Amino acid sequence: MPALPLETAGTYVAAAYVVFLALVVIYVAIIGRKVGRLERELSELDELTRDRER
Amino acid sequence: MYGRALAPLALATAAASAVAFGLIFFYAPLDADQGFIQKIFYLHVPMAIVALLGFLAGGVMAAMHLRTRDRVWDMRSYVAIHLSIILGLGVLVTGSIWAKASWGHWWVWDEPMLVSFLIVFLLYAVYQPLRFSIDDPGRQARYASVFAIAGAAFTVLNFIAVRMAAAYTHPRVFSQTGGNMPADMFITFLVSLGAMALLFATLWTLELASKNAAERLRRVRRRLEREAEHTEPGERLTRPAPIRPAPAPR
Repeated sequence: MPALPLETAGTYVAAAYVVFLALVVIYVAIIGRKVGRLERELSELDELTRDRER
Repeated sequence: MYGRALAPLALATAAASAVAFGLIFFYAPLDADQGFIQKIFYLHVPMAIVALLGFLAGGVMAAMHLRTRDRVWDMRSYVAIHLSIILGLGVLVTGSIWAKASWGHWWVWDEPMLVSFLIVFLLYAVYQPLRFSIDDPGRQARYASVFAIAGAAFTVLNFIAVRMAAAYTHPRVFSQTGGNMPADMFITFLVSLGAMALLFATLWTLELASKNAAERLRRVRRRLEREAEHTEPGERLTRPAPIRPAPAPR
């Protein structure tokens, strides 16, 4: 197949890089949600131990 | 434990990715045959190499788990495989986009490299359902380790078989005589590969840090709950008996 014109090739190249970035962003967002949940659990435990000390 | 390595790794990944993107779009020359579409190569091939190495690393870590019985190695193996599956998905999608642009088809079934990668990906897609179908944590870790070792061996055999296949339409990056490309393209490729490896290492460390923190938190919660169960009845036992007024004399 002959080389595609820049506009068409650019769309394919952009699509490939966007797919990669999307995968990384989704992955980091999922880990971020888990870290948020950990933070909530940690503050619950913190409150629990403070209540006991009182 | 993992948190300390995270900041330097993330910084190194950001720097390497910025350099790689700069080299890909401003330094590496356009391919004489494929033109601009060949820029996908600097993303697709490093991702495939890192994904396959991740599967191998997962197998080695699983072997370490079986050898030492330390659950940490199982968790490392699990995260490496989990990340490689995500990268593998990226390889399949970017490969299809590249195939459509340069061959005119989204997928070519008589291409050994594509089909073999799909088989490896599907094999590892079974890893997670298998792992989480077992309730007992010890058995889960052992079975997952055996799967990871078998999968790594299959990945190596598969790679060798594809290299030995006679029919070949997929371009080779490395051959016995070195890289099949000009020096400026090869440098760009190596930097992209380094950036991808660093990204893998950063995400691996990030997920392990998160899992490690969750595990420690669970342990603290369990300890506190156990303490609460034990101290309350104990307190009742040691608490002095309430003072009752003496019965009035008759």
